[in-house]
Amino acid sequence: MSEKLYLYPVWLRIWHAINALMFLVLLVTGVSLQYSNPDYQLIRFDYAVTYHNIAGIILAFNYLIFLFGNILTGNAVFYKLRRKGLVDKLLKQMNYYISGTFKGEHTPFPVTKKRKFNPLQKVAYLATMYMMIPVMIITGVALLFPEMIIMNVMNLSGIYLTALLHGIVSIFLLIFLVIHLYFSTMGSSPTSNFKSIVNGYHEPH
Amino acid sequence: MKIRYFLILIFLLSFSSLWAQLNVDMKSEPAKMEDNKRCFDCHSTHIYTFDNPVSGITERKEMNPNFVFNTDAFYSGVHRHFSCTDCHSPDYETFPHNAELRFEPMYSCIDCHGGDEAFASYHFETIEEEFGKSVHASKHNENFNCWMCHNPHSYKAMTRSDFKISEIVSAHNQMCASCHDNPLHFQRISDSTKKPLEEIHKFLPNFKLHFSAVRCIECHTAVEDTMWVAHNILPKEMAVKKCVECHSSSTMLISSLYKYQTIETRKNRGTFNSMLLNETYVIGANRNIYLNIFSIILFGLSLLGVAVHVFFRIKKK
Ligand code: HEC
Ligand code: HEC
Ligand code: HEC
Ligand code: HEC
Ligand code: HEC
Ligand code: HEC
Ligand code: HEC
Ligand code: HEM
Repeated sequence: MSEKLYLYPVWLRIWHAINALMFLVLLVTGVSLQYSNPDYQLIRFDYAVTYHNIAGIILAFNYLIFLFGNILTGNAVFYKLRRKGLVDKLLKQMNYYISGTFKGEHTPFPVTKKRKFNPLQKVAYLATMYMMIPVMIITGVALLFPEMIIMNVMNLSGIYLTALLHGIVSIFLLIFLVIHLYFSTMGSSPTSNFKSIVNGYHEPH
Repeated sequence: MKIRYFLILIFLLSFSSLWAQLNVDMKSEPAKMEDNKRCFDCHSTHIYTFDNPVSGITERKEMNPNFVFNTDAFYSGVHRHFSCTDCHSPDYETFPHNAELRFEPMYSCIDCHGGDEAFASYHFETIEEEFGKSVHASKHNENFNCWMCHNPHSYKAMTRSDFKISEIVSAHNQMCASCHDNPLHFQRISDSTKKPLEEIHKFLPNFKLHFSAVRCIECHTAVEDTMWVAHNILPKEMAVKKCVECHSSSTMLISSLYKYQTIETRKNRGTFNSMLLNETYVIGANRNIYLNIFSIILFGLSLLGVAVHVFFRIKKK
């Protein structure tokens, strides 16, 4: 056993805790709104609207912690993606998840002080944090202040198109969460990564 | 396929009374335009003039703003072919008007439309009955009449014409708001004062958006299947307050204004959903079927993937 690595600084853990909690609130209230049914209500409609709005606003401000935290501290380094050989690296990592791990092979990109994420993680986190979350925030804010929305795009309600985008991306985020949670159990032990995001230290394989 | 068209035809026929077009000829030139000029000379401007026979000069005076009417609005209303003196006494042709004319009784809708086969599809008698039960009639029987909402000098039958839902909504709500949000008009009927509508309806998030997308009568009358304009305004305790009445797949919007318009648009486009999409987005009510299927499949696949992986992880341990 090599020594533990301190990979998740305090600000990052605080951001992540708030983010995860708000995300779950948004998910549950969002589903409740979309599938609102007078006979069976998950959450009363007006409460769901209120909680969804509050959680969305908190998550949006919290996102600023993530953005500035990454700019101001060195954490952004871990997200740097090199184009060259990317596909090969991704395939290698996928191959590991599909077969290597069952054969007892070692992970092709072990976590070091310089490398927190494997290439697959990088791509997933980049897509989530710099594409999907911003789209959700922008469409969400627009729905909160619908007077900002172009009312009519090619005979379709602008609000509808905005809500559609909000809904589609939310599904991808839900999938991200499932995969994210599952791959977090692939650490040195099924719970070790969860301990890391709480106490900040990575437990190496 | 054929059966489907047949069913649609039956459906449309059963509502034929609703989508009957207007009898009034809305295209040709208004019949009494020349006649009405005499009155509009004074009653469409803020300054009117008359020759004072005593002093011999032409005087300019300001008109009471409530007596000034927009000629375009008059000629696009349902009574566009009328002469002013069809409803008002011919004695108004002289100026100054005879003071006694103030006591002149005015016609009500029923006086002309009651029992007339040509207007049977409008159900004037039913409407009169319903109005009689409404809070407006029961609280202010004497002063509150049909003209309070149906402006005699501009009323259009919008829901039967080719207007967008948003235009209908705004015109209908203006009928109510012009009195309820205007203390001067309101006090013509009642001494009581009411809070502004925005304050009364605080329970609705985004008041402005709601009031531009739903009509007052959607919440303040019982939804009726046979007559899409319910005239029985119910006491406030019975107003719709539950969000899911609209925000759900069984949205009541289907059976009010939207129903009528749906019948019209269904001819071209097919479903309630597509029609609703066109003008508004109602959370919980417009659901995109493809999006739903897509999300369930995607979610299922990701769970399946995880399950398979877990299985092999346990097995190969
Ligand atoms: C003085 C008689 C009179 C009064 C009062 C009157 N109407 Fe009419 N209304 C008519 C006549 C006549 C027509 C047909 C006009 C035409 O064909 O050009 C008509 C047409 C209409 C139409 C159009 C019908 C169609 O299918 O084209 C509507 C709607 C209507 N009136 C509603 C009302 C309402 C509501 C009131 C009361 C607020 C009212 N009217 C009061 C005589 C009257
Ligand atoms: C020379 C200008 C003039 C002309 C023309 C005129 N009016 Fe008036 N009318 C007035 C003025 C001013 C008043 C406001 C008070 C008054 O003098 O009675 C008025 C008031 C009225 C009122 C409201 C009376 C009340 O107090 O409730 C009616 C109804 C009316 N006019 C109808 C007509 C009709 C119908 C015609 C056409 C046949 C007509 N007027 C032509 C100037 C005119
Ligand atoms: C369909 C019938 C009808 C026609 C046509 C009609 N009026 Fe009227 N008018 C009324 C009624 C009913 C009232 C009383 C409304 C009320 O009590 O608020 C009225 C009220 C008025 C008033 C007084 C406004 C007020 O607020 O008290 C004036 C002025 C007037 N009419 C002028 C005209 C002129 C000018 C024309 C022609 C361009 C005309 N009217 C055509 C039915 C009619
Ligand atoms: C509180 C306001 C209000 C009052 C009072 C009122 N109406 Fe209406 N009425 C409306 C609205 C809103 C509409 C829908 C207008 C449209 O077609 O766009 C309407 C529509 C109508 C229509 C057309 C229905 C159709 O099928 O197209 C008739 C006829 C009618 N009203 C008659 C009356 C009669 C008669 C009275 C008096 C006994 C009356 N209204 C009183 C608000 C009112
Ligand atoms: C979404 C449904 C909804 C719509 C749309 C709506 N209302 Fe209401 N309204 C209500 C409810 C619910 C109440 C009872 C509020 C309470 O008692 O706290 C109410 C109360 C009122 C009252 C009674 C206020 C009092 O305290 O005496 C008036 C007047 C009123 N509404 C007018 C209007 C008018 C005018 C419009 C359209 C411009 C409108 N409403 C649109 C649901 C609605
Ligand atoms: C000409 C003025 C006027 C118009 C137009 C009008 N109202 Fe009213 N409304 C009143 C008055 C006056 C009251 C009774 C206030 C009181 O004395 O409590 C009232 C009461 C109400 C109430 C409250 C009933 C209660 O239980 O206290 C509702 C709801 C309402 N109106 C809805 C509407 C709607 C919806 C429309 C349009 C379709 C409308 N009103 C059009 C004047 C108007
Ligand atoms: C009478 C029907 C009706 C009722 C009742 C109603 N709504 Fe709505 N609501 C609508 C419609 C229609 C729209 C869509 C407006 C548009 O997109 O033009 C809407 C839109 C909304 C929106 C979207 C606003 C945005 O930013 O895009 C929210 C949030 C909302 N309603 C919440 C509520 C809540 C909470 C309640 C209960 C307190 C409620 N509604 C009751 C009809 C209703
Ligand atoms: C709901 C419960 C959640 C749990 C239990 C959870 C768990 C974890 C764990 C264990 C890690 C550390 C492993 C790693 O570095 O990959 C982590 C990191 C991370 N999580 Fe989550 N997560 C949750 C929700 C989310 C959500 C909703 C998002 C984004 C939308 C998210 C984004 C991230 C990111 C970007 C990292 C890497 C942070 C960094 O080190 O820079 N997480 N999470």
